[in-house]
Amino acid sequence: MAIAENPPKETFRLSMLLYDTRYRSITIQVIVLMLFMAGVAWLADNAVRNLQALGKDFNFGFLWNRSGYDIGQVLIQYSNDSSHARAMLVGLLNTLLVAAMACVAATILGVVIGVLRLSSNWLVGRLMTFYVEMFRNIPVLLWILVAYAVFTEVTPQPRDFRVTPEMEASGQAPAASMILDAIAVTNRGTSIPEPLFSRSLGNISLGIFDVSVDLIAVLIVLAGGLWARRALNTHANKVQNATGVRPVTWWKSLLLVFGPLAVLLAVLGFHLGLPELAGFNFQGGILVSNSLMALWLGLTLYTAAFIAEIVRAGIAAISKGQSEAAFALGLRPNRTMNLVILPQALRVIVPPLISQYLNITKNSSLAIAVGYMDLRGTLGGITLNQTGRELECVLLMMLIYLTISLLISGVMNAYNNRVRLKER
Amino acid sequence: MSDTHAETVPYVRETMLPQLAPPSSQAGAVKWLRENLFSGWFNTLLTVLGALVLVWLAVHFLPWFLHGVWNANSVAECREAIAQAWGDGATGACWAVIRERWPQFLFGFYPSELYWRPVLALVLLFAALAPVLFPSLPRGMMALTALYPGLGYLLLWGGSFWFPVAVYLGFVIGYVVFTSLAKAGQALLAPILGGLVVLLYWLFLSGPVERALEAVIPLSIQSVPSNAFGGFVLSITIGVAAIALSLPMGILLALGRRSDMLLVKALSVGFIEFIRGVPLITLLFTASLLLNYFLPPGTNFDIILRVVIMVTFFSAAYIAEVIRGGLAALPRGQYEAADALGLDYWKAMRLIILPQALKISIPGIVSTFIGLFKDTTLVIFVGLLDPLKGITDAVRASIEWKGVYWEPFIFVGLIFFIFNFAMSRYSMHLERRLRREHR
Repeated sequence: MAIAENPPKETFRLSMLLYDTRYRSITIQVIVLMLFMAGVAWLADNAVRNLQALGKDFNFGFLWNRSGYDIGQVLIQYSNDSSHARAMLVGLLNTLLVAAMACVAATILGVVIGVLRLSSNWLVGRLMTFYVEMFRNIPVLLWILVAYAVFTEVTPQPRDFRVTPEMEASGQAPAASMILDAIAVTNRGTSIPEPLFSRSLGNISLGIFDVSVDLIAVLIVLAGGLWARRALNTHANKVQNATGVRPVTWWKSLLLVFGPLAVLLAVLGFHLGLPELAGFNFQGGILVSNSLMALWLGLTLYTAAFIAEIVRAGIAAISKGQSEAAFALGLRPNRTMNLVILPQALRVIVPPLISQYLNITKNSSLAIAVGYMDLRGTLGGITLNQTGRELECVLLMMLIYLTISLLISGVMNAYNNRVRLKER
Repeated sequence: MSDTHAETVPYVRETMLPQLAPPSSQAGAVKWLRENLFSGWFNTLLTVLGALVLVWLAVHFLPWFLHGVWNANSVAECREAIAQAWGDGATGACWAVIRERWPQFLFGFYPSELYWRPVLALVLLFAALAPVLFPSLPRGMMALTALYPGLGYLLLWGGSFWFPVAVYLGFVIGYVVFTSLAKAGQALLAPILGGLVVLLYWLFLSGPVERALEAVIPLSIQSVPSNAFGGFVLSITIGVAAIALSLPMGILLALGRRSDMLLVKALSVGFIEFIRGVPLITLLFTASLLLNYFLPPGTNFDIILRVVIMVTFFSAAYIAEVIRGGLAALPRGQYEAADALGLDYWKAMRLIILPQALKISIPGIVSTFIGLFKDTTLVIFVGLLDPLKGITDAVRASIEWKGVYWEPFIFVGLIFFIFNFAMSRYSMHLERRLRREHR
C-alpha cells in the first residue's frame, strides 16, 4: 500500500462555504444574522417614519403627568391627581394581588381535588373527574364572566341584610345574613373584617408608599419565631443522632412561634373591625370589589382543574415499588408519605405547578372583562387611551409582564437544579 | 361404592356438594357498593359528602333546567310562561334566546343568505382532516387536504376564484424550480432558490397574475368582509388556521433551540421566552395597535389575519417547548445511531428523531391546541365578536333579551366543551395507536 507522501494541500474554494460541513454552519449563521438585522432595521425604520408622519415622539415623560382618573380598588395611596406612573404601580400591585390570591386558593383546591380523584371512592372519583373535565375544557374567560354574573346578579342587596324592629318583634329572619357574622357578600362588593390595632405604631413612608409599622413588627416577630423553631429542630436532630432519643419538641415549637406573636398582638391592641350595615351599605371592614372577587374565583376554579391533574400525575408517577420498599423497611404510612413518596412526587409536581402560577399571572390580564383595574387596565387601558402613546404603553406593559415571568421561571429553574437527579 | 367407603372412612363425603351462592354481602351490587363506596369510615364519609353535593346541585339547578321555556319572543314572555306553568316565584331557563339567536352565536353577522358557505367549509374541513387523523382512509383524500386552505378561504371570505389559484401557482412554480435544480445536481441550492423564487412570485407577480386571470375569465363569488365574521365561525377560523400554522413553526423553533449554531439558538430562545413571558392579550394589542407602527406607512391588512399571526406565534412558542421536551427525552443513542448511519441533519430529523419525539409530545401538543382554541375568545379585546362575550353582549343589548345571563354561557360553554373534549379524546386514541411497547 502506498501511502501518499504529500497529501494534496487543501485549498479553500468558495463553494466550500456551502458544501463543506465545517464551514456551512458559519455561512448559515452569517446569513441569518444579516436577515435578522435587516428585519430589525426595517421595523425600526418603519416605526421612525410612522411616528414622524403622526407627529409623535418616543419618550416616557408622559408617565409623570397627572393621570386624572380614579381607580376603585387600590392597595396604596392613589387619587386622580397622582401621576400615570403611580397608576401603573397601582395596576401592577393589583395584578400581583389577584395573582397571589388565585395561586394560593387554586393550589389548595387543586391538591384536594387531585388527591380525591385518586381515591378509591367511585362516587367522589367521578365527581372530581367531572369537575376537572368541565373546567379545563371551557375557556377561563367564561368562568370569570360567570363568577362576575354570580356576584352581581345572584348575591343579595345590602338592604336585604337589614333587620327592622318589626321583624325583630315577629322573629322573622332578614332575607340575607352575613357569613359567621363577619363577611357580607352583597351585589356591591364583599365586606371582610379588617385587622385594627388600638395602640398602633403608625406608618412609615418608604418614599413610594406607606407601610404600617404594626405589619412590619408582626412579620419580624413571626420570622424570629420560625427561626427559633428551626434552631430547636436542628438541636433535636442532633440529640436524636447522638442518643437515639428525640426530645419532645411540639409544644416548644408551638410556644416559640405563637407565644411572642400573641404577646405582640395583645400589646398592640389587635382586634377585628367588622363590617356593619349603616345606611344603604356596609361600613367598616375592607370592601373587596365584585370584579376582584369574580376574577379571583374564576381564575381559581379554572386553574385548580389543571393543578389537580398535575398533582394526580405526580403521585401516580411514583412507582408502587417505592411505597412497598418503604413498608418493607418498616416505615409507617404517614412517614412513608412524608419521607419517600412526597419528596419524589414533588420533583414531578413543582415545575408544572410553577408554570401554572405563571399562567395565573398572565391570565389575570383578563381583568379587563370584569373591569378590575390591573396593569392592563391602567397602563394598557386608560393611560394608553388618554395619552395616545400606544407604542410606549404596550412596550412597557410587555416588559413588566416579561420581568414577572422571567422572575418566576428563574425560581423554577433554581428549584429544578436543586432537586435534579444527579446522573453521569 | 358408597357402602365400602362408608365402612372404612365414614366421615369422607364422596359426592361434591353443589356450590353455594356467595354470601349476599360478597356478591353483586352489595359487594360493589361495599368495595367502592363504603370500604371504611372515611370512604363512607366521602360518599355521604359526595351524595350531599349531588343532592344540593340537583335541588338548586334541576328545577331551573326542567322549567326551561323554548317558545318565547322575549325574557318577559319566558318569565310569564314559567310563572304560569310552575307558579309564582318559580325560576326557569329561557332557552328561547338560543332558539331565536343561535345563528348569531354560530355565524356572527355573516350574511344570512350565505350561511351555507361556512357550513360547507366546516364539512369540507372534516373531510380534509379525516385522512390526516385516520390513516386507514384512502390516501387519495389527501388531495382535498392539500386544496383545503384555498377552498376554505374562498368559501369564507369569497371574492375572486383566481386569488387562491394564483397563490397555489406559487407552490407549482417552486416545485418546478426545486426539482429541475435538484436534477441538475444542485442539492443545496435547490431549496434556497426554490424558496426565493416562490417568495418573489408571491410578493410581486401573484397580484398581477390574479388580475389578468380575472380579466380573461371573470369568476368570483360574493365577498364577505372580515368584520362580518363572528361567533363560532370566527373562533373556528382562527383556531384552525393557527393550529395548522403553529405546528410546523413550533417544530422549527424547537429544532432551532437545540441547534449547535449559537446564533440560531439565541434567536429561537429569545423568541420563545419573549412570547411565553407576555399574556396573549398584550400580543393581540400589538396586532391591533402597534402593527401599523412597524409596517411601511399606508399598509393596512386584515385584522383577522393579524390575530391569526399573533395566535400562531403564541402557540408556536408553547409547542416548541413541548417538542423540546420530547427531543430531550429521546435516548442519546438515537441521535448517535442516526449519525452513524451517515444521515444528514434533515434526514436524521425527518426519519428518526422527529417521529419519536413528536409521538412523546402528543399530549402536550394537543393540550396546547385546546388552549389555543379556548384563547380564541380573547379576540373580543381587539374588537372582534367572539361567541363568548362579543355575541353574548350583542344579544343582551337588545331590549327583548336584556337580563339573560346563564343560557348563552351554557350554550357557548357546551360547544367549546364538545370541541375540546373531542380533541383530548382523539389525542388519547392517538397515543394508544402509536404505542409500540408492551404489545
